[in-house]
Amino acid sequence: MAEKNTKKNSKKRKQISEWPRHRIQFLWALITNSYLAGFLQGKIYTGKLKNLCVPGLNCYSCPGALGSCPIGALQAVIGSRNYQWAFYVSGFLIFVGALVGRFVCGFLCPFGLFQDLLHKIPFPKKLKTFRGDRLLRKLKYVILILFVILLPMFLTDILGQGSPYFCKLICPAGTLEGGIPLVLLNPVMRGAIGWLYTWKNALLIAMILLSIVIYRPFCKYLCPLGAIYSVFNPISVFRYRVDKEKCTNCGACARACKMNCDPVKNANDPECIRCGLCKKSCPTGAVCSGWKSEKKETSHGKQAAV
Amino acid sequence: MSRRRWNFRYAGIFLAAAGLCLMIFGIFRGEMSVVFDKAVRICMECIGIG
Ligand code: SF4
Ligand code: SF4
Ligand code: SF4
Repeated sequence: MAEKNTKKNSKKRKQISEWPRHRIQFLWALITNSYLAGFLQGKIYTGKLKNLCVPGLNCYSCPGALGSCPIGALQAVIGSRNYQWAFYVSGFLIFVGALVGRFVCGFLCPFGLFQDLLHKIPFPKKLKTFRGDRLLRKLKYVILILFVILLPMFLTDILGQGSPYFCKLICPAGTLEGGIPLVLLNPVMRGAIGWLYTWKNALLIAMILLSIVIYRPFCKYLCPLGAIYSVFNPISVFRYRVDKEKCTNCGACARACKMNCDPVKNANDPECIRCGLCKKSCPTGAVCSGWKSEKKETSHGKQAAV
Repeated sequence: MSRRRWNFRYAGIFLAAAGLCLMIFGIFRGEMSVVFDKAVRICMECIGIG
């Protein structure tokens, strides 16, 4: 009997393994950062693919990066002398957001994967939530408006060019993917480091330590790209649903969610990164996701077709 | 409720199409070359030097 239970438990544990998702994250990170010569020579890729943005936060100054970071690109165009607004990049973000929302955060962002892995490091007291957690999550919208849009737009030099202030003062992905490898591989860069490099590395270290204790602190509180995609979660074509007929209100999905969402209350919460943990943990299979219309996916066809 | 969901679904498709139009408009304005120029030079701000 005991053996049967153990088997059952291990099956359950196996069921909610996050490794299938991590494999996709790894694969995507490898494909989009596969310029090996960059890592060997301390340079970056300069080919045509850099015209295109990747959906996740992936620094274009990473030696392996094949595409452009959408947040860096947004600031580059907004801060340029010739353009006031970045239609190409904002259009790309609206397109991706409207199709899949924060699915990008769950599956297609290397910095999200980095935090996922850090959170697997054992620590005696992991913090699921704290007082002020919900309020602090609004900070990412402030960062988006202030550092990504307003400062590059209005704080310009005499030539009318604005710096990418988010990249310059905050982004730990840039430090991790670009700053550290390039400074290690390139002696010229090593000679140029100053207080800004120290500040950005301190921020990165703080983020690393926090990620061990709190699940994805950068995504929850600071990331402007997550902030953009979060706005689209409630209306994106790919979406989550809870079949009210199957749901027994056991709360297993909400307990499993590391982003502190409750799919029963809101299956498309702006904070949901569409990791699928809730789906796997639901004992009755009431949580589902997909592109199909309500009518095809749940049993209340008639109702949904109204 | 179901009508709201129906609307949301179409809002997603409509916005994706609008995003695509904006992208094309931006490309025609030449914004892609700004992105390219920035992305093929090591960004001093990103790496914490500039
Ligand atoms: S520093 Fe960050 S935001 Fe800027 S381009 Fe690099 S990854 Fe993107
Ligand atoms: S919130 Fe930002 S860093 Fe986190 S997974 Fe989403 S895009 Fe990546
Ligand atoms: S609600 Fe579900 S899919 Fe969304 S973040 Fe939580 S566990 Fe993942």
